[in-house]
Amino acid sequence: MNLGLQIALIPLLPLAGFVLLGLFGRKYLKKSSGIIGTILLLASTVLALYTAYEYFFVYGKVAGAYQKFVPLSYTWLEFSKGVSIDMGILLDPISVMMLVVVTFVSLMVHIYSLGYMKGEERFPTYYSFLGLFTFSMLGLVISSNLFQIYIFWELVGVSSFLLIGYYYNKPSAVAACKKAFIVTRFADLGFLIGILILSYSSGTLDFNTLISTLTSSGTGQAKAVASTFLGASAVTWGAALVFIGGAGKSAMFPLHIWLPDAMEGPTPVSALIHAATMVVAGVFLVARLFPVFSITTPGVLEIVGWVGAISAIIAAIIACTQTDIKRVLAYSTMSQIGFMMFALGVSKYGGEAGLGYTASMFHLFTHAMFKALLFLGAGAVIHYIHSNEMKDMGGLRKYLPITHITFLIACLAIAGVPPFAGFFSKEEILLAAYHNNPAIYWIALFTSGLTAFYMFRLYFSIFWNKEHHPHGEKQSEGGFSMMIPLILLAIGAAAAGFIPFGKYVSTDGTVLESHFDLQFSALPVAVGLAGIFIAMWLYRKESERPGKLTASIYSIYKTAYNKFYIDEIYTFITKKIIFNLIGKPAAWFDKNVVDGLVNLTGKATAEVSEDIKKVQSGKVQQYAIYFLVGVIGLAVLFIYIWK
Amino acid sequence: MMQPGLYHLLFISAALFFIGIYGFFTRRNLITMLMSIELILNSVNLNFIAFNKYLWPHKMDGLFFTVFIIAIAAAEAAVAIAIIINLYRSHNSIDVENAEELKY
Amino acid sequence: MNLLLLILAPLVTAVAALLARSKWQVRWISFAGSVVQLILAFVLLFAFQNERGTGNATQMLFEQNYNIFPAWNINFHLGVDGISVAMILLTSFVVVAGVLVSWNIEKMTKEFYFLLTLLALGAYGFFISLDLFVLFFFLEIAVIPKYLLIGIWGSGKKEYSANKLALMLMGGSALVLVGILGLYFSSGHSFDLLSLSKMNIAKGTQSIIFPLLFVGFGVFTALFPFHTWVPDGHSSAPTAGSMFLAGISMKLGGYGCLRVATYLLPEGAKEYANIIIILASIAILYGAFATMMQKDLKYINAYSSISHCGFVLLGIGMLTKTAITGAVMQMVSHGLMTALFFAVIGMIYDRTHTRQVSEMSGLMRMMPFISTVFFIVGLCSLGLPGLSGFVAEMTIFMGSWENADMFHRIATIIACMSIVVTAVYILRAIGQVAMGPAKESFLQLTDAKWNERMAAAILVIGILAIGIIPGWLNELLKPASEVIMNKIGAK
Repeated sequence: MNLGLQIALIPLLPLAGFVLLGLFGRKYLKKSSGIIGTILLLASTVLALYTAYEYFFVYGKVAGAYQKFVPLSYTWLEFSKGVSIDMGILLDPISVMMLVVVTFVSLMVHIYSLGYMKGEERFPTYYSFLGLFTFSMLGLVISSNLFQIYIFWELVGVSSFLLIGYYYNKPSAVAACKKAFIVTRFADLGFLIGILILSYSSGTLDFNTLISTLTSSGTGQAKAVASTFLGASAVTWGAALVFIGGAGKSAMFPLHIWLPDAMEGPTPVSALIHAATMVVAGVFLVARLFPVFSITTPGVLEIVGWVGAISAIIAAIIACTQTDIKRVLAYSTMSQIGFMMFALGVSKYGGEAGLGYTASMFHLFTHAMFKALLFLGAGAVIHYIHSNEMKDMGGLRKYLPITHITFLIACLAIAGVPPFAGFFSKEEILLAAYHNNPAIYWIALFTSGLTAFYMFRLYFSIFWNKEHHPHGEKQSEGGFSMMIPLILLAIGAAAAGFIPFGKYVSTDGTVLESHFDLQFSALPVAVGLAGIFIAMWLYRKESERPGKLTASIYSIYKTAYNKFYIDEIYTFITKKIIFNLIGKPAAWFDKNVVDGLVNLTGKATAEVSEDIKKVQSGKVQQYAIYFLVGVIGLAVLFIYIWK
Repeated sequence: MMQPGLYHLLFISAALFFIGIYGFFTRRNLITMLMSIELILNSVNLNFIAFNKYLWPHKMDGLFFTVFIIAIAAAEAAVAIAIIINLYRSHNSIDVENAEELKY
Repeated sequence: MNLLLLILAPLVTAVAALLARSKWQVRWISFAGSVVQLILAFVLLFAFQNERGTGNATQMLFEQNYNIFPAWNINFHLGVDGISVAMILLTSFVVVAGVLVSWNIEKMTKEFYFLLTLLALGAYGFFISLDLFVLFFFLEIAVIPKYLLIGIWGSGKKEYSANKLALMLMGGSALVLVGILGLYFSSGHSFDLLSLSKMNIAKGTQSIIFPLLFVGFGVFTALFPFHTWVPDGHSSAPTAGSMFLAGISMKLGGYGCLRVATYLLPEGAKEYANIIIILASIAILYGAFATMMQKDLKYINAYSSISHCGFVLLGIGMLTKTAITGAVMQMVSHGLMTALFFAVIGMIYDRTHTRQVSEMSGLMRMMPFISTVFFIVGLCSLGLPGLSGFVAEMTIFMGSWENADMFHRIATIIACMSIVVTAVYILRAIGQVAMGPAKESFLQLTDAKWNERMAAAILVIGILAIGIIPGWLNELLKPASEVIMNKIGAK
């Protein structure tokens, strides 16, 4: 098959599902819509895996390095010569990896939802939205053009909006979906301006041309570096603004506030969009433009690193205090994405120094597995308990054996316990940080301890602790459709770490040997285990220890529990400042000043004519006087003045 | 006995004119106002005749105009009286103050 | 293709509607007439592309010229370029949809459809005429019916709105008339657009006439601060009236600003470009913020129209080929989008009998079709890719950014900022109206009927046709904006 067509089909099949189910699902395909969506996605997944095989093992490597290919490109909208939005496919290691991740996780979610969403009134709508999201996300990862990625970026944003707002009659879901859309939209403003700057400096929107123009020294680069604003070059500004877009989508501090609320959506959606795929789009974006980021002075990567590190630790602290299990997972997602982000931030372009880049992509890959698993597991728990709150759960290991085992695997993976997947990727990240930025390394080390703690707090609270069991008799765990994805993802979470990632993904396409250093690994693993044991001590059995602990650090606990009051700050800014200080005055100004002027003109005309009309009194003799005065006036005028 | 000259006639004509104007402005009765208008017209006629006689005695233009004006005044008086009668029928008065429906 | 058909079709429809004997006949005659217009517009598009495809690069195609008043050198001169074709297509789409949504008007049906068709006639004539006198004639034809449409079939404080709208638009056209006469006398007595474009009018004259023409046409397209007829006019007008007003009539102004003011008076355009940009940027952001505070759906869309039409003027003021192309795209896109928006608001109002956002909730449950369309149009308004608004706005942004100095940059960034504010007000409206728990009293409401579905579908197809495959529109408009830019020359 033609390669371009083959890859184009991967996103187009879910799109076909969206159109089909969106138009006819509600009426004609009420029952079969789930199956249709799943089959289409299965086909996509097979194609994606086949493409990955072909790329990595057949033709991808030329002269020892993986190359970038553009097998398909179609001019969608041409602005001016050379500057056009092309719908194309860019194949390189990260896009191929993302194709696999997105289709695989999406397939898992499709299968899982067959059971989880069964009996929902808007079942076909749900599957059509999933199709739209998968299409957009796949389009995003294969984008060959800066504007193309922005287009799909917006589309994933809107599919996320639609899916968060799936339960549209719940006011909290409506608020959450609006918040998610608006916050990311705000970040996209930065992205858009960044695109404008970069496209102007490089004279193109095409990734390959853009990167080569800006990174290889020549007139293009000279021009872009020479034009400065507030002491930074155009490229720096462009990259920094693009990063704002990425930070918004990836829920980096301080644009993270939408992510926890986004958990209002159905749980499988959280697994797909808000854990495994869409939220890592920001990381992907930075990785995609990594050569541009790496040449910026002052370094935008420095900012990327610190934003990542701060997000990682803040999210981890908040996660320790939350009681809604999906929110714990949401903050954990944010924290893990922080890891990926700072891994990129501490990386450099090319060779050994590019370890952070490889590590970041590796973590993205493993994280997609274990975090999707965690969410789907949490979904199974919620499905069983009908509550999101930790206090309603406990001792479920007997009732949900498969969920229990797979959840445990995922927790071990995220905590970085060897030999599970998270261990390998996190080690590489820490190693990269250790060599390039020790301060970030220590933050990251502390954060990984916290990660282990809060994950096992969650694990013990759900599956151990005091037994809560709402149902009289034993209920089943959920059908095959829910268990199969759990098992498959658990295999992924357990084994994905053994993939020699450095061989395939690196900044410049060359092979990067992984360094496995026992001495270095000892400390992070020890920290992780310590976290696990503290959690076990506190939460394995019902005790008063957690209560005492929180009481002893009550003020810190309360601040963290309230998410450092960041939401309140945002509310203050939007409600008090934007609405009251800008919106209201604008509306007032329009109603009273601008419209007032128009009405004033009207009124003034009316008043004047009101006065003038009195002249027309209807009294004949008055008219005669006017006439006489006029005649006399004219006579005087002609006789004495205009002689 | 002194022959009346141009100035005498003009004086009478001006006097008639202003009496007419005065009457037109001060009287409220439409008939009186009509009579005032006739006075004004006649003052004009007198002017025409006077100028014709003293300035261009061998021409007839002034006389012709006078004849015209008399004819028109007669017609106008007929129309005016018709209006006045109609006004009287509808308003039961021929006071101009009472007929100001034409305002604004 | 004979362009006279575009005038004859609505004329025949209007007369036939007047002669019809029953409401039923009036509706079907108008509908048939509007469909004929739609077909004609498509025929025109294909004939145009065909002609261009064969290499005919004449500026105006299908020209016809009749000298109707030799004494003053007035010619009935018709012709189209890409921009006109796009505007005619837009008009025909809106007309069909407008006729369909007015299906249930019972009060003076015949007169209503007659006026609607007359308005369409004015718009078609305006877009195809190449003689300023004739152009002005058609502009006025398009103004008068609006007054009656609002005054008779309107709602709320309709007399006030109708007066305000008619007076402000008449004021605008008075300025236009003065400007046209100025051109006529300073050019040696010519109303002809093409011959005027070849003349070199003195710079001093241009700088006097340009503001007259630009402000005059600007009033039509909600140029800040002459925009206040927009909210009142739209909110009082009947549904089809709002659709025509926002979808067609506001575009007359944009087209005039571009075709008459900017094209004929390039020196004036250059001189005032910065002022235009400032006013447009104010309109964009300030319109968006003002929208945020509105509580009535029609006011929301009216204020957002001010913001969106600001993009049109911004694109014109930027004076680059891409930006001007974007401005025309925005006109087409906004015309379709806002017509659909008003159609949806009308449908909702017909059922709930309220337009207050706060009084609605959860309509998605009872009216899935209407709510879905509401989602689509809202997303188009906030510039979602795949829908027309995105294409137009991005083209304007890219075109604006081609100006490298700080002033233009800042104006562009201000314009970009509106996409966030737009998202805020659109999502607030959607969230409140379509989503949330369904209200008890609304549970009996029904979804759209066939005519409403058809009207919405037609406009949605238009939005998608531009949003998904924008290439054709871009190719259609580019040569025309290039002609304008060549006349303006280097900045």
